[in-house]
Amino acid sequence: MGVAALDPRAGRDNTSQDPTARQPLVLGGLDDAGVTERVCAIVEAPKPPKAWYVAFAIAASFTGILGLVVLYLITTGVGVWGLNKPVSWGFDITNFVFWVGIGHAGTLISAILYLFRQRWRTGINRFAEAMTIFAVICALLFPGIHVGRIWFEYWIAPLPNQMDMWPNFRSPLLWDFFAVGTYFTVSLCFWYMGLIPDLATIRDRAKTKVRQIAYGIAALGWRGSNRHWHRYERSYLLLAGLATPLVLSVHSVVSFDFATSMLPGWHATIFPPYFVAGAIFGGFAMVLLLSVPCRAWFGLKDLITPRHLENMCKILLATGMMVGYAYAIEFFISWYSGNPVEGFVFVNRAFGPYAWAYWTMVMCNVAAPQVFWSRRARSNPWIIFGVAAAVNVGMWFERFVIIVTTLSRDYLPSSWGSYTPTWVEVLTLMGSFGLFFTLFLVFLRFLPMVAMAEVKAVMPRPHREAHR
Amino acid sequence: MSAAPKAERALWGLLAEFPDADALTHAASRVRDAGYVRWDAYTPFPVHGLDDAMGVRPTRIPWLVFFAGATGCLGGVLMQWWMNAVDYPIIISGKPFFSLPANIPVAFELTILLASLTAFFAMLVFNGLPQLHHPLFRNERFRRTTTDAFFIAIDAKDPRFDVEETDRLLRGAGGTRVEWIEE
Repeated sequence: MGVAALDPRAGRDNTSQDPTARQPLVLGGLDDAGVTERVCAIVEAPKPPKAWYVAFAIAASFTGILGLVVLYLITTGVGVWGLNKPVSWGFDITNFVFWVGIGHAGTLISAILYLFRQRWRTGINRFAEAMTIFAVICALLFPGIHVGRIWFEYWIAPLPNQMDMWPNFRSPLLWDFFAVGTYFTVSLCFWYMGLIPDLATIRDRAKTKVRQIAYGIAALGWRGSNRHWHRYERSYLLLAGLATPLVLSVHSVVSFDFATSMLPGWHATIFPPYFVAGAIFGGFAMVLLLSVPCRAWFGLKDLITPRHLENMCKILLATGMMVGYAYAIEFFISWYSGNPVEGFVFVNRAFGPYAWAYWTMVMCNVAAPQVFWSRRARSNPWIIFGVAAAVNVGMWFERFVIIVTTLSRDYLPSSWGSYTPTWVEVLTLMGSFGLFFTLFLVFLRFLPMVAMAEVKAVMPRPHREAHR
Repeated sequence: MSAAPKAERALWGLLAEFPDADALTHAASRVRDAGYVRWDAYTPFPVHGLDDAMGVRPTRIPWLVFFAGATGCLGGVLMQWWMNAVDYPIIISGKPFFSLPANIPVAFELTILLASLTAFFAMLVFNGLPQLHHPLFRNERFRRTTTDAFFIAIDAKDPRFDVEETDRLLRGAGGTRVEWIEE
């Protein structure tokens, strides 16, 4: 029996705020088989929608460009970038921090909302986790290539080497390596573990031998045994519990790269919470940016419901104001500290040569999400998409402003300088978006983008209480 | 109509289907009370209350994960102390060779890394996965278990297993279409 038969309110809108009635998480009267059918149909369709081909062609070309510019960088040297003294970090670290931040929403949705028993997470957690993996891949690219001599990369790993030398564990850049590496590994485990039961579903529905073998190997022989579910659920809970402090630590550690320095504008104790809030903000914006078109193209409006979008908009509004608070408190502390250099850096951010970047950031991150106070804005996919896009732009500029304004104006006017990106850097940024979307589109085509087993577990069931 | 042997292969066990999660839970407690040990319930999603009905004991995975995390933490601190203060001491801005604050991030990350990998791999190892073949996979109807069907399968190696009696138990507990599964 479907949900519709049980609940007369189960229509196409579940955004009611009536506190006496729990709103359904799945619409359209779908039952267990219906959920499987709806999600698997995307993977089993002989051909993806036309929009997929267009998007894939564009994304794949940018990935190709990324490969070429990275090759050019490695063979020529980091001089092909616009970096110089004093601005020795530019697009590279901006992109790194931006992409790591994007990766945060996936683990947040998966782990923290899981621990808080937020059942609505099940509709969106799978592709948010996938987004995390791909964003972290893009992020890891930048510290990888910005060192120039990438063949010495292994020096950061604590491996015995021919120079009888160990890495310096007092360096925040090494902490980064451990934090982001752990984050990637744990996110991958978490994501794959969630996928196992759904891969088994696709294996069991497979019509061709190739699919049966491919998905069969990936599903590891999962057969829905309750003794297996028992250990699975316990491990999943433990992973969620471990990923929660991890996700909060990763961007804190990334912020230590700046906060442990002596430069004005970086040496701030607010950095760890401010970076984490910004990462969640940017990450949720990316989830919205992806889910709005995906649910329309792939017919998933019953699983990724208006309520999902509305909840995420509320998170965007809340985290946007946290970020706005951090911007304001930075100004306050720089004044309150009585340190003239610190004070100058912040005035310079807002009114100096990079003021355009600063005000772009403020408009996109602080002003744009304010439209979500209106319920009509929270229920209009076009507005949601527009604001999410603005927030992504704003969060990229936030990192750019932090890095470039501080480096270009430190203590002594004699060491001031400026920074302009070269075409190589611009293409690398665009290429990283290409890589991200290519991976994401491949994921949409071959893996279930909604966690079917988890959605089924939170669906209302008839007569559940009658047999106590 | 009783389950009938069809082929030359040895009997692996009996498989019964149940209409929904509640019926399955009831049947599971009947099978548990009858004293069977080598049997299992199969569901498309984790059904709460089924562990109790089956008498599944809590897993030891949390303990393993705890010790793995402790190992990661201690190992991380020891590694940093030995590498930076003993084996290759190097002066960086006059900082001490070993001080806990500077070593916390790496020790923390290693704690999480080891604990998480243990949680993931212990789940697979304890569950006997990957196991790419199982007699149940040959059954066409069983494939719906990952979509919306609920089953109980009793292994013929169970000390209490008796074709007639087990068949009667599964039917009596509400099982429909009790089938032979070949080895």
